Amino acid sequence: MAKVVFKVGDDVSTDIIYPGRFMATVLPTETPQFAFIDYPEFNAKVKNREFPPQSIIVGGKNFGCGSSREQAASCLKGPDFVVVARNFSRIFLQNAINLGLKMVICPTIEANEGDELEFSADQVINKNSGKSFAIEALPKARQVIIDAGGLIPFTRKLLLDTKSSREI
Amino acid sequence: MGMTMVEKILAKATNQAAVKAGDVLEPWVDMAMSHENGALVINQFSEIYKDTGLDAKVWDPDKIAIIFDHRVPAESSKTAGNQKKIRDFVAKQGIAKFHDIRGDSGGICHQILPEFGYIRPGKVVVGTDSHTTSHGALGAFSFGIGATEMAAVWALGRVLNVEVPGTIKVVCQGKFKRHVAPKDLILHLIGKLTAEGANFKVIEFHGPVIEQMSTSGRLVICNMTVEAGATSGIVPPDQETLRYLQEEAGVKDQLDIIAPDPDAVYDQVITINVSKLEPQIACPHTVDNVKPIKEVVGIKINQIVIGSCTNGRLDDLAIAAKILKGKKVARQTRMLIFPASTRIYLQALKKGYVATFMEAGAVVMNSGCGPCLGIHQGALADGDVALATTNRNFKGRMGNPNAEVYLCSPAVAAASAITGVITDPRKGGK
Repeated sequence: MAKVVFKVGDDVSTDIIYPGRFMATVLPTETPQFAFIDYPEFNAKVKNREFPPQSIIVGGKNFGCGSSREQAASCLKGPDFVVVARNFSRIFLQNAINLGLKMVICPTIEANEGDELEFSADQVINKNSGKSFAIEALPKARQVIIDAGGLIPFTRKLLLDTKSSREI
Repeated sequence: MGMTMVEKILAKATNQAAVKAGDVLEPWVDMAMSHENGALVINQFSEIYKDTGLDAKVWDPDKIAIIFDHRVPAESSKTAGNQKKIRDFVAKQGIAKFHDIRGDSGGICHQILPEFGYIRPGKVVVGTDSHTTSHGALGAFSFGIGATEMAAVWALGRVLNVEVPGTIKVVCQGKFKRHVAPKDLILHLIGKLTAEGANFKVIEFHGPVIEQMSTSGRLVICNMTVEAGATSGIVPPDQETLRYLQEEAGVKDQLDIIAPDPDAVYDQVITINVSKLEPQIACPHTVDNVKPIKEVVGIKINQIVIGSCTNGRLDDLAIAAKILKGKKVARQTRMLIFPASTRIYLQALKKGYVATFMEAGAVVMNSGCGPCLGIHQGALADGDVALATTNRNFKGRMGNPNAEVYLCSPAVAAASAITGVITDPRKGGK
């Protein structure tokens, strides 16, 4: 069980999550300081590491639309957020899977800041309202990458497997 | 069962007779493009090879292109450092399709790729930029990916676990009225589909309007399909595609002309009659907040921007120059013009457009992405309102969350520069 620490609306773009003016910063260890920087109150708490791991951000539909900048996913992965949204934009979804950022697609989610959410295999349960909401599975095609913990370990294994099969 | 354009391309890229939407494939990549975010790709690429004992060599240096465009010349030592890192990597890996900061071969990646003949119909193109959708204009399946995904492509030459997207067919009929352009068509379509209406799908363009459209116009519409969430836009290649590649891009090799099957299966078919279309404006702060110009005329504009990978080509500049010839940019308004490539800049110079713009009071900047996403010059003040031929108007896009951005065609931008307010080019201007 974890707490909703930030709630945003529909069509939250990567320019909101990680504005272009900070794109010269690329290291995943450095990107969280600019997460949602135009929301100073939330950003300050991210910077001060006030949120425990697995704290929840709730979004509306089309979360992460816009740019392919991976900083938008890495800045949320650093503080170990879970993003629950009605749906995600394609490139953001893939970047997040590749980096191992936890996402939950929940098309009907209703939750406010401060609510405690619990996740089962196929439902999000809002402990405050008592309501539960169905989870939609992440793209099946990408499950192997999720299971591997991200695209880097997955690709590394693929290269090593290819190498050892050549050696045999 | 027939195949769409993208199904045909992906069947070929995976050596199969047929594929269909929903299939999961690992297509070989023909062109992998990055810009300054190549610095992050390099980090992730090294990370993949860490402790493997394998030699970290890219799969095929001839299929990788890197173009500096986001912050050129470097605006900070940090950017300069990233650019240097890429320069070193490119030299070490033998990547020849590298476009550094130069006046003879520089520009925005989505202009450089077509202009230098790096795109071919029927090929698979990926780029670490969401507007990689642009290259569907030449009949390629071209889509944006993140930096880590690109690192895996550099290592393997394939994109892993790609789900074949469904396709929305858009049939464009009629004839554009004067001062109505491909930009107005795509803004209208985005308004209709909404920002997520084509998420995970491809938009395939058809009809007499597309057949008669130049490659430049096709680049505009494919470029902005991502603003409806699309994986890619695509135009079936034709004589115009061949003309562009052979005459303008200097391509000499045999080109593949593929067409979708007549019985291809589409998720949705949309017909648009452009004869009725008015100039369109995307209002703050989402690209799908599209209104016909009459609903927004008269809004005061502090900064006009003409340029970007969307509308910074020679035909765009020609339209603007014609309207601005002998006129002045309004006193309270700033006008910035940045051509999409240095080749275009040079052509505009030779044709006298640059002189026209400067005499009118506009500032002509070097080619790059900077002002479009507020990362290099042209930032807005609190309360400023911008009108731009670029592709996004998200809150904070032009460097300030307390400013507003409206999107429009080059004709609207030029006519509005003279009056300082949003102006219908069919009435104001010339």
